[in-house]
Amino acid sequence: MAGVKYVGVSRVYAKGAAPAVDALDLEVKDGEFMVLVGPSGSGKTTALRMLAGLEPLDGGRIEIAGRDISDVQPKDRDIAMVFQNYALYPSKTVAENMGFALKMRRVPRDERDRRVREAARILDLDPALLDRKPKQLSGGQRQRVAMGRAIVREPKVFLMDEPLSNLDAKLRVQTRSQIAELQRRLGITTVYVTHDQVEAMTMGHRVAVLSGGKLQQCASPRELYDNPVNQFVAGFIGSPAMNLVSAPLADGGVRLAGTVLPLGAQVRAAAAREKLTELVIGIRPEHLHLHLVGEAAAAGGARADGAELAGEVLLVEELGADALLHVRLVGDAAVADGPAAAEAPVVGGTPVVARAEGRKPPAPGQRVAFRVQPDDVFAFHPQTGARLAG
Amino acid sequence: MTAVAQAPAPAPRRASRRVREMTGQAGWTVLGWAVGIAFFIPVLWMVITAFKPESAAETWPPQFAFSPTLSEFRLVFSGMGPFIEHSAIATVGSTILVLVLALPAAYALSIHPVAGWRDSLFFFISTKMLPVVAAIGPLYVIALKAHLLDNIWLLIILYAAMNLPLAIWMIRSFMLEVPGEMLEAARLDGAGRIREIVEVIMPVVSPGLVSTALICVIFAWNELFLALNLTVTNASTMPMFLISSVPQEGLYIAHLSAAATVASVPVIIVGWIAQRSLVRGLSMGAIK
Repeated sequence: MAGVKYVGVSRVYAKGAAPAVDALDLEVKDGEFMVLVGPSGSGKTTALRMLAGLEPLDGGRIEIAGRDISDVQPKDRDIAMVFQNYALYPSKTVAENMGFALKMRRVPRDERDRRVREAARILDLDPALLDRKPKQLSGGQRQRVAMGRAIVREPKVFLMDEPLSNLDAKLRVQTRSQIAELQRRLGITTVYVTHDQVEAMTMGHRVAVLSGGKLQQCASPRELYDNPVNQFVAGFIGSPAMNLVSAPLADGGVRLAGTVLPLGAQVRAAAAREKLTELVIGIRPEHLHLHLVGEAAAAGGARADGAELAGEVLLVEELGADALLHVRLVGDAAVADGPAAAEAPVVGGTPVVARAEGRKPPAPGQRVAFRVQPDDVFAFHPQTGARLAG
Repeated sequence: MTAVAQAPAPAPRRASRRVREMTGQAGWTVLGWAVGIAFFIPVLWMVITAFKPESAAETWPPQFAFSPTLSEFRLVFSGMGPFIEHSAIATVGSTILVLVLALPAAYALSIHPVAGWRDSLFFFISTKMLPVVAAIGPLYVIALKAHLLDNIWLLIILYAAMNLPLAIWMIRSFMLEVPGEMLEAARLDGAGRIREIVEVIMPVVSPGLVSTALICVIFAWNELFLALNLTVTNASTMPMFLISSVPQEGLYIAHLSAAATVASVPVIIVGWIAQRSLVRGLSMGAIK
């Protein structure tokens, strides 16, 4: 059993180009399921490949179980990797595929057979499939064989590079929980790369968010969601994504959609320290509480409380349990003009997405108002993207 | 609006399109057969003529009613022994040599590309740009000095050199088809260079290797120019035997046909056995 430690690890593909991985410091604890997540080009796969030994390091070092393995051959790192396209050997049977690494290590045939069968049992893989060729298997079965190939090695660390991306949506969800459950049962340290933040959130004990080769934040899924350290993490984690709007500072808060959205004292103090005139405001879709629908919103109901945002529904996406409202927030003028303004189409305004109850969502074209709790409003530095402490 | 106006039209239009498609298909079929027959008739003619007595072979108009005889074949078989032996040795030997040299070369130009692989690749194919005729003088002198004239080893070496560039290019393109992830998986599994090639790469490229070998066999078997200029008796090959079947005087068409038929048989058999892997191998690089 072993942890993994990246210490100032860098990778530069071309001279003068921005590093693919930039001074990465990350510690994966023994037995932990760590997910590296980020958009394409964020360096997550490069970071994994460096751990596997498939990519050289241009700086820093990587440790497994306290041993510096930066210059150790891939086969001697005591790791096993599951590839995106499974990378099964087409000419070998399933059993041969799974036992190949053991054969390379001169494990006796009996022992090999025993471990292959054991892995097949763990993965619920029909023993009859062991004599088939990969070509004769379904996508889901191939995925499990690729997992089996990793399991039979009984490695210190599992590496997984988007192993679910070739499965259809339903199977992906199913396999997702199976892998997470399997990892928990085996207790083997796992580093898992994905671009899918839902996968990251559901599977990882901790999630490391990368962007542009830099580690943005590494925390538990809950912590990432509730306390993103910057605008990138806030926008990347969560589906649908957090609404991010730039808004000018006003007395007691920020001016948004013709009203003043109150901000906490600490945020205001931080903004004052930084001498900012504008902030980026983040509100999660479920924190836009649908408050008023129809005429009341347009007629000036929003005037009663400064923290209400008025807008017009453009589109409703029904998801069953709930519905997503695509809304354009309207400014002061439109609201102040009273009922007449309700007839006029909304031009411009800030687009936001709100989550509403699925049973009776407002119809497109309808005027709505949202109430927002000050605690649910995130504020970010408009230039650096850093979270202003709230 | 246009859709409404055209509403009655679809049925006949669809029918006419189908007729057009069918006539188009039939046209291609007829053309295909015509081309196929045009290529096949000379071969058929050769085979038929080989069974004729010499006197019946050169009549005009051609005779179709004749009593078939094996006398010309008997004559061919009695004389071709050393020629076919030389051809077999030169063909098999050069093809093995080509594969032995082309495999590591292709590996070094695809899987783990060496520095300057582009230049190397271009160099290999550039050797095919010089006509063989232009090189025959120097080749003759070299063979003479090396005491290899009329020696089967000379043909093995020259045929290998002749087929090597093509073989490297072909095998390289097959190796490029090997998924990179699979090679990485092999590295993680602990396979060294040799294991990587034998257990991972070879199974994937083997149909390509078979087709490459076949093309080398066919080219070497049919080669005439070098054999004609650099051998006399000790290494003369089947194409040389065909030439020797043409006497200075007298009738020879039936005899030549019989000899040519025998000479074509190995190529036809080899092609027939391997036609599936040949098509697969040749189209392998073309899929992506």
